[in-house]
Amino acid sequence: MTLTTDSWSFLLVAMLAVPAAGAAVVALVPAAHDRQARIVATAFAAVTFLLTLAVPVVVPDEFGWFSIDGVPGLVPWLNLELPWVPALGLEFHLGVDAISYPLVVLTGLLTLLCCAYTVKTGARALAALLLVLEVGILGTFLALDLILFFIFFEVVLLPMYAVIAGWGGPDRRRAARKFVLYTLAGSVLLLIGVVTVVSQAGTGDLTFLTDASPLSRNVQCLVFALFAVAFAIKAPLWPLHTWLPDAHTEAPTAGSVILAGVLLKMGTYGLIRVGVGVAPDGASWAAPVLAILAVVAILAGSLICLRQRELKRLIAYSSVGHMGFVLLGIATLTVTGIQAALIGNVAHGLITGLLFFLVGTIKDRTGTGSLDQLSGLREHSPRLAGLLGFAAIASLGLPGLAGFWGEAFAVVAAVQRDDPFWVTCGVFAAVGGALTAAYFLRLLRRVTHGPATPAVRSSRSAISAGEWVAWAPLVLLTLAVGVAPALILSGTDLPIVSLLGGGRP
Amino acid sequence: MSSQSVGHFALIPLYVAAGTAILALLADLFTGRRAVIAGVTLLGTLATASGALLTAGADPTFCAGGGCSWTPSGAAATTAVLFAGLTAGVLAFSLPALRLGIAPAGEFCFLLACSMTGGVTVAYAGDLITLIVGLETLTLPLYVLAGLRRFAPGERATAAPAAASVTFFLISVVSTAIALLGVALNYAATGAVHLALLGPAPAPFAQIAGVGAALLVIGLAFKVAAVPLHAWAPATYDGAPVPVAAYLSTASKLGGVLALAAVVSRLDTRAGVIVLAILTMTIGNLVALRQSRMVRLLAWSSIAQAGYILAALALGEPGVVAALAYAAFFVILELIAFGVVVALRHPGADGGAIDDYRGAGRRSPWLGAALVLALAGLAGLPPGLAGLFAKLSVVDALVDANWTWLAGIVVLNAVIALAYYVRVAAALYTLPARVGLSVADPVLMDAAVHPRLPVARPVAVTLVAAVAVAVALGFAPQLLFDALS
Repeated sequence: MTLTTDSWSFLLVAMLAVPAAGAAVVALVPAAHDRQARIVATAFAAVTFLLTLAVPVVVPDEFGWFSIDGVPGLVPWLNLELPWVPALGLEFHLGVDAISYPLVVLTGLLTLLCCAYTVKTGARALAALLLVLEVGILGTFLALDLILFFIFFEVVLLPMYAVIAGWGGPDRRRAARKFVLYTLAGSVLLLIGVVTVVSQAGTGDLTFLTDASPLSRNVQCLVFALFAVAFAIKAPLWPLHTWLPDAHTEAPTAGSVILAGVLLKMGTYGLIRVGVGVAPDGASWAAPVLAILAVVAILAGSLICLRQRELKRLIAYSSVGHMGFVLLGIATLTVTGIQAALIGNVAHGLITGLLFFLVGTIKDRTGTGSLDQLSGLREHSPRLAGLLGFAAIASLGLPGLAGFWGEAFAVVAAVQRDDPFWVTCGVFAAVGGALTAAYFLRLLRRVTHGPATPAVRSSRSAISAGEWVAWAPLVLLTLAVGVAPALILSGTDLPIVSLLGGGRP
Repeated sequence: MSSQSVGHFALIPLYVAAGTAILALLADLFTGRRAVIAGVTLLGTLATASGALLTAGADPTFCAGGGCSWTPSGAAATTAVLFAGLTAGVLAFSLPALRLGIAPAGEFCFLLACSMTGGVTVAYAGDLITLIVGLETLTLPLYVLAGLRRFAPGERATAAPAAASVTFFLISVVSTAIALLGVALNYAATGAVHLALLGPAPAPFAQIAGVGAALLVIGLAFKVAAVPLHAWAPATYDGAPVPVAAYLSTASKLGGVLALAAVVSRLDTRAGVIVLAILTMTIGNLVALRQSRMVRLLAWSSIAQAGYILAALALGEPGVVAALAYAAFFVILELIAFGVVVALRHPGADGGAIDDYRGAGRRSPWLGAALVLALAGLAGLPPGLAGLFAKLSVVDALVDANWTWLAGIVVLNAVIALAYYVRVAAALYTLPARVGLSVADPVLMDAAVHPRLPVARPVAVTLVAAVAVAVALGFAPQLLFDALS
């Protein structure tokens, strides 16, 4: 069932149109006004962020799940449906609900922070590309039409390539090429899956497909396999993760933050919304395989991190482990598991975004990312060391901070399945969680403690106002989500039940 | 016995196109002024496009024995408009070179307009003979155009254009002979030349008809440069003047696609076309990976693109709209890519090596953006939305017919193709190569060594128009799908 297009749904278009217009404006500013252009970009990002915040304010009051008999399918808070290309079965259908909304806000926030970060160091083209990326990412989270979802999924490819290849480290070309070819390989599989669904079901409308999947079990298994590989490359899931460390190591700070903070979430969100939503039978068929891969990812990510000597690479591999927890949560196909995945998504976005800001700053200031040449940061720049400690501890999943909920409840959800296989998965994942603590403590010991190395001593120690502005929201939100996970999870249980097929007879 | 009635109204596009060629010749004869000749030809292309739009709903004519030889339709009118637009674009790209006297304006415009006449004929052809005559009229002037290159005194003369012309001529003549043999065998078996009457042959002649259909497809596959019948294309494109190469890879290819579409939608040639499609896209892309010259890279990429079109055509009737849509999106993007090459090079120069384009996007941001748009579109990615919808329509047609495996090969090829498209796009924005001595500001040094060439106004206008069309179709592809069906 779909709600009719309501009066506030123009907000959804505005969320895409404002950053797109911003990118165009910034790209047209002449080179002489580079700094002003970056400020304009930040202003556009700020407006977009405010628009994302406005959504809950304008959601109709009488909106409620209980006004409808039984568990409804996907009922977006705001809904916009316009025909676009009937020949290809493509509708311009946007909507936002409890599952996508936290990610939408996170995207708005991180883009704003990254644009603000480029005001000090960066170029107007970089700021424009960040805004284009925002269009693609928000579009992916808002799309309620499968083909539209695919188109927005593709929008981010070339801008991210340009960000890495244009402003990255010494080996940026190769890393960027690897990123773009890998992710295109993923998204073409998504294309085949999407077209197969549209061809079989006659529509790409996610509200309809989630409500009652008209696909036969065989088709579901096929398309879920395609979706799972496509999203596993994006997420990334071991063993399809090898593009990620290179891309992260070479990307500029703002690029790393967007990449880790929200770009990867397109994979996990897609798996929940499209994979599980459209092909629930296929999902339950493939769940054990996904779970094994997720657990291997957690363990492999942690073990690799224990051996890493490069700061950015270490954080990048830690993402592989964290995404493993998210995928394990999804693989359990329980409400708890998917809630864990949702909160794990947001927490990883906040914490890893912060971590990449911090290690990017450390790398820029000391000129090195090698753990061998970094030591004694605590003595030389105590504030920076403190923030790094906070982010690392949040990332290893200390209760009370955002990282805890996703990891703990992914394990809980696995154990609750009450089946030897799932319990084993849960146990191994928990071991991986312990290893996460080990490598983050090793990181802290190497970087913050000990005598200060020359590279650290010669670096700037103060944190500028601009940096505080970029980092403080992430620190505060990490605390807030840690204390009150309901910020992310309220209202998600019924949509998840319907995703999992609860609305079906 | 009454004489056959001729619906002159339906023939207006052909009359206008042929009239344009004659007017260009007369203008050369009586005024000899380049501006007049080019102006007449440009107006003629506009008139041809308008004529095609005006007569979109006309009745078929030259009807005999249940079939018609001249069949106006939405698709015919749309492709005729495309032929006229491509002719106008290529003429505009050539104007800087014509101004320098690199080719004689009168002959150039006459031949180009003749080629357009052939294209219009292919678009409207309702029988195999008209189709082949149209295709030959489209190709014949191009043998001359490919070699039409005067060298200024003191300029180093090369045989490349002549070699390109001869290669193209020999291969094309052989392919036409093969296609005609196919038509003849098919006629012998079924007695039909009208497209509407084509179909399976009665049992004793089925094998002859099958051979005929196969020969016909092979002959036409030369025109779209399908592997293994592609070897002429890179050599010819690279040797010909860049605007003529643009015409070869857009209008000439569109003609081949139309002819193939007419044949494969009525005769069962599925197996052959599938093999051609897979070979064409895979080999085209793999060889393109290794190219270091710009026009050769575009040539191999356009071979690969023909493979995607053939994949849709392998479906027969259900794939025709997807194939034509792909071809329409493709020729517009390809025209932009060649136009940027023309704009970035000296008039009359060849395409050069990809390394010659290093930093070009920094020096000329608009041209760089246009080329990135075209390459992204050819790769099927945003911001080239037109190209994305082209890929989507082919994959959609294949999956609808339950040919998911072929769709899989198409999209895997798209991944390979991206590798060389991003290489070219990235080269546009790389810092210049080190010159061997230390320079304070390499970008400034590069700008001094490579002065920005002024872009001739006709080239700029054409590029703006082509980009506008590509962007508009990217946001409203339904217009094209409606026009084609």
